[in-house]
Amino acid sequence: MSGLTHLPILAVVVPLLTAPLVALLRDRTLAWIAAVAASLCTLAVAITLVGALESVEYLAYPLGSWPAPYGIELRVDAFSALLLLIVTGASSAGLLIARDSLVGEVGSERQHLYLTAWLLAVAGLAGIVVSGDAFNIFVFLEVSSLATYVLIAGGPRRPALTAVFNYLIMGTIGATFYLIGVGLIYMMTGTLNLADMEQRISGVTELKPILVAGGFITIGLALKAAIFPLHAWLPGAYTHAPHAATVFIAACSTKVALYVLLRFDFFIFQGNLPDHEAQFRVFALPLAVVAMLVASALAIFERRNLKRMLAYSSIAHVGYIVFGAALATQTGLTAGILHMFNHALAKGTLFLAAASIGLGGAAVTFERLAGAGRRMPITTAAFVVGGLGLIGIPGTAGFVGKWYLVVGAAELGPAGVLMVVPLLVSSVLAVLYVWRAIEVAYFGSPDSARSSAPAVRAEAPLPMLAVLIVAAAANLWFGFLPSMPLTLAERAAEVLLTEPDQHK
Amino acid sequence: MIEVFGLFNYWVFAALLMTGLYTVIAKTNLVKKMIGLAMFQSAVFLLYITMDKVEGGTAPILRNDVPGQIYSNPLPQVLILTAIVVGIATLALGLSIVVRIHEAYGTIEEDEAAKMDRE
Repeated sequence: MSGLTHLPILAVVVPLLTAPLVALLRDRTLAWIAAVAASLCTLAVAITLVGALESVEYLAYPLGSWPAPYGIELRVDAFSALLLLIVTGASSAGLLIARDSLVGEVGSERQHLYLTAWLLAVAGLAGIVVSGDAFNIFVFLEVSSLATYVLIAGGPRRPALTAVFNYLIMGTIGATFYLIGVGLIYMMTGTLNLADMEQRISGVTELKPILVAGGFITIGLALKAAIFPLHAWLPGAYTHAPHAATVFIAACSTKVALYVLLRFDFFIFQGNLPDHEAQFRVFALPLAVVAMLVASALAIFERRNLKRMLAYSSIAHVGYIVFGAALATQTGLTAGILHMFNHALAKGTLFLAAASIGLGGAAVTFERLAGAGRRMPITTAAFVVGGLGLIGIPGTAGFVGKWYLVVGAAELGPAGVLMVVPLLVSSVLAVLYVWRAIEVAYFGSPDSARSSAPAVRAEAPLPMLAVLIVAAAANLWFGFLPSMPLTLAERAAEVLLTEPDQHK
Repeated sequence: MIEVFGLFNYWVFAALLMTGLYTVIAKTNLVKKMIGLAMFQSAVFLLYITMDKVEGGTAPILRNDVPGQIYSNPLPQVLILTAIVVGIATLALGLSIVVRIHEAYGTIEEDEAAKMDRE
């Protein structure tokens, strides 16, 4: 029994057990300290897991010592570890600024309850990525979703309520579809353990139920992951959520759904269903391309709310990730998975900057952004770094992911080279919307806007600024030294693409 | 014929599922939407409960004095117990959001609330 044995379960248990504690601490400062400590602890667990995975392929943890496949098994491989890093990192960044940012958005007598919901969301998302059991994933999916609805609806903005209602309807339909799919697979294989399922499906002769299950699971998770055209819930939810919560949710919730989608489509169905690769490609590639183009265009035409513009950009970037995955090659999958990490960094930084600009609970409109470059130089500089990452300028983390996407597409021959075109067009569109925000921030004059909204006065408080600077620096750091996420992404792609009979 | 009736539960599953989904999509009243969502989830409960039934099987309590006894599979029932809890939590949260929408907008009609959002 080495010290590493219990790490996978700690990622879930720490936030899950701190949540009721935070609910009992009625003091807003104490509750915040406990929540931050739990989140940072989980981040430390994630980092340790990444380190531990350098020498082994995966860490398995049988819950209650019941051996798999009879008991529930947690299984952390490179893919899970990378996602766990994204989840805990985003949660920690959001929580660290929450104390300042939630003022004016969530009443101080309710903040401990808000942070409870936050920790439950962390536990749910962490649970999804460490779990190796299909039904367990469903339960964690719902735990995280229910907590996320509370996080979004907790703010003072009225449209948040209708937005979250839509999200709840679509999220529940998505999760129920997933449940139907898992049920159909269970009928045919009699197992819920993912690794066992992969083995047993290859022995199933009647493939029709598995095919139907694949459809249900793919569509259900595509709803949760906001893959175009199932993205309708996303802009409203991101725009009207409290700013700190947006940082957390935008950086990781869609990515975790994408993680489950890739886990099923590649780990389980790939190699077990005839022509699965071609079918997935034909299904996902057009959607990804349309998402990249249409959502970027929508971002350009969003002229009022900065957060809504960034939300549309998120839909476009989900398109990038799906694009990489749909190539179904080692390079393509590596690129898609790497882009999850890089996009989380860039979008997290941008929403952190948006939180500074909207401090005090104001909506982050372009009018409020006007002139921010002079009043809050550090925030705006970080915003620029995040924006460049979104475009994919060399030197930022975003570039590495996009580079691999281009290489992955070009590897497929002439047709692949053609597919590079939408990638580039979408990046040009990104230049347009990011530049408009930067132009307004540096050259816009708040007086020219006939608005009653108070202009930004000065820089945000020091803790927020520190988090923002660290996030922006991480964008540059992983732009020049991408080896850590890149290695994990490569190994994740290998795990996903290995055929079932090739596992030992 | 026997095949159609033999799959009776599955037909009911499909009908319930589609009725629920239709209600969610077609109704503008938010409470009715939640009712549709509850039906939609209940349909899946039926799917799981149906698949665990073994013909001639009894409750899975091991008895040594009855040789050759067949038991139904208990696992899907346990799973669906969890799913029912999840469904109730979702329903409760959804309805509480409807209450807050009613407080904030004065209506529980989706199109009226959307109109007020645009104004």
